[in-house]
Amino acid sequence: MATDKPKLAMYWAAACGGCEISLANMHEAILELDRDFDFVFCPCFLDTKKKDLEAMPDGSIRLTLFNGSLRTEENLEMARLLRKKSQLLVAFGSCAVSGGVPALANQRSRDELLSRVYLEAPGTVNPDRLFPRVLSQVPEGELTLPEFLDRIPSLKDAVPVEYLMPGCPPEPERILAVLRLVASGEALPDPGTVLGCSATRAVCDECTREKRDQAAPALVRSSEALPEPGWCLVEQGVPCLGMATKGGCGALCPAVQMPCSGCYGPLDPDGDAGGAGIAALSGAVAAPVDHGAGEAQLVARSRATVAAVADPLGTFYRYTLSDCLIGERDQEVVK
Amino acid sequence: MSECAVQRDSCCREPAELKIVAFLCNWCSYAGADKAGGSALPVPPELSVVRVMCSGRVEPTLVLETLRQGADGVMVLACHPGDCHYKEGNFRALCRAELLERLVVQLGVDPVRFCFDYVSAAEGEKFSRITCEFAARLRQLPPIG
Ligand code: SF4
Ligand code: SF4
Ligand code: SF4
Ligand code: FES
Repeated sequence: MATDKPKLAMYWAAACGGCEISLANMHEAILELDRDFDFVFCPCFLDTKKKDLEAMPDGSIRLTLFNGSLRTEENLEMARLLRKKSQLLVAFGSCAVSGGVPALANQRSRDELLSRVYLEAPGTVNPDRLFPRVLSQVPEGELTLPEFLDRIPSLKDAVPVEYLMPGCPPEPERILAVLRLVASGEALPDPGTVLGCSATRAVCDECTREKRDQAAPALVRSSEALPEPGWCLVEQGVPCLGMATKGGCGALCPAVQMPCSGCYGPLDPDGDAGGAGIAALSGAVAAPVDHGAGEAQLVARSRATVAAVADPLGTFYRYTLSDCLIGERDQEVVK
Repeated sequence: MSECAVQRDSCCREPAELKIVAFLCNWCSYAGADKAGGSALPVPPELSVVRVMCSGRVEPTLVLETLRQGADGVMVLACHPGDCHYKEGNFRALCRAELLERLVVQLGVDPVRFCFDYVSAAEGEKFSRITCEFAARLRQLPPIG
């Protein structure tokens, strides 16, 4: 059905579906989407196929929201195809912006991952050591599967993107604001801009928990904490990354007693989530002030204040490992 | 002859190939480095010193960025606990070091490449010793990359 409305596409690569749910969570505003856009491609919501996309002229889609991470050759192929067909390609959600949760697998090599999943995982029985193969011959002919990539890159490192929209997932109101902006025909922000979040304010700025200007005696593990409601989590030792994280979500997690785990990414656009998170938590614990104690004692006590962060990588790069400053080096340490 | 020169004889890489960046706190460690210089104690030639007002000034991102840009090793040297000019900057630095040391291992970097230690203004000898030992350890590692 031909229409003059700008075309909209949404695609999931290696995704959980949460990003699409967030779009659906715009509730009745979804009618605005239908009024202002011609929704031409979205495997989650519409019966549209890759061949429909291939048949469209290059650059004919006004806006594509690309979510999920790039785990397989197929994900990459779809990223390249949608890049070609779209005027505005948005890396949508933490997975597309910076690898997201799936990119935590970048800690291990492709072979380690496959043997873990197909041979070693508890409950796996695979005596014939069968692995997925790109090409398999069966009596009926050839079967193919997309290749599993060595590591997950962020979308912007695989294809040029106009905008980034972080969040796991991005909030519905923020999605609506972006859709309205594009539909309005008004001047758009410069390419490379991070949309749907605050460029200058951290999650703490949006958080209503009371800051009492107190340092925590020591960090505690989130799973073992019973924080006092209404009082800043990090001041109670719960490793909340609000200070290091871009605002925009409205401090959703602290509002329900959960520490911010950093899904909107580091506040500093050139920053590194690991560096930012370490700086934030190291500044939140009390320094030992007892000058009578010996140096070794002071050092041990001070180190112990951050010991509860048992897995620094998983804590600080939960959504951002693809963008880690030193993530691509050859592994020096034998695991 | 110095310990440093002895170790260099047994090393596998030329000094010129090595890049070490040392962030020294202005009030203690930098003065300690001066003292080492004034006492003509050996200091590895490949050490690039960055003077900062306090070890607490060294953002962890700066350490990661320094490694990314090809430094073989990064040192952060501070005033002794209790002696920080800004009272607790070196405790911030220590907590950061604790987390960084564990993080870099997870990122596949040999933890030998990062060193956090204390050098007072009087410890020229210690400055010389720990920088030479650090360089010697790094020379045993392949180039970073
Ligand atoms: S960003 Fe979060 S919600 Fe979106 S696909 Fe990734 S894991 Fe799911
Ligand atoms: S640290 Fe967490 S709980 Fe405290 S103000 Fe910031 S976001 Fe809120
Ligand atoms: S509080 Fe943090 S983890 Fe939670 S939604 Fe906001 S940015 Fe994401
Ligand atoms: S002033 Fe030396 S460590 Fe703070």
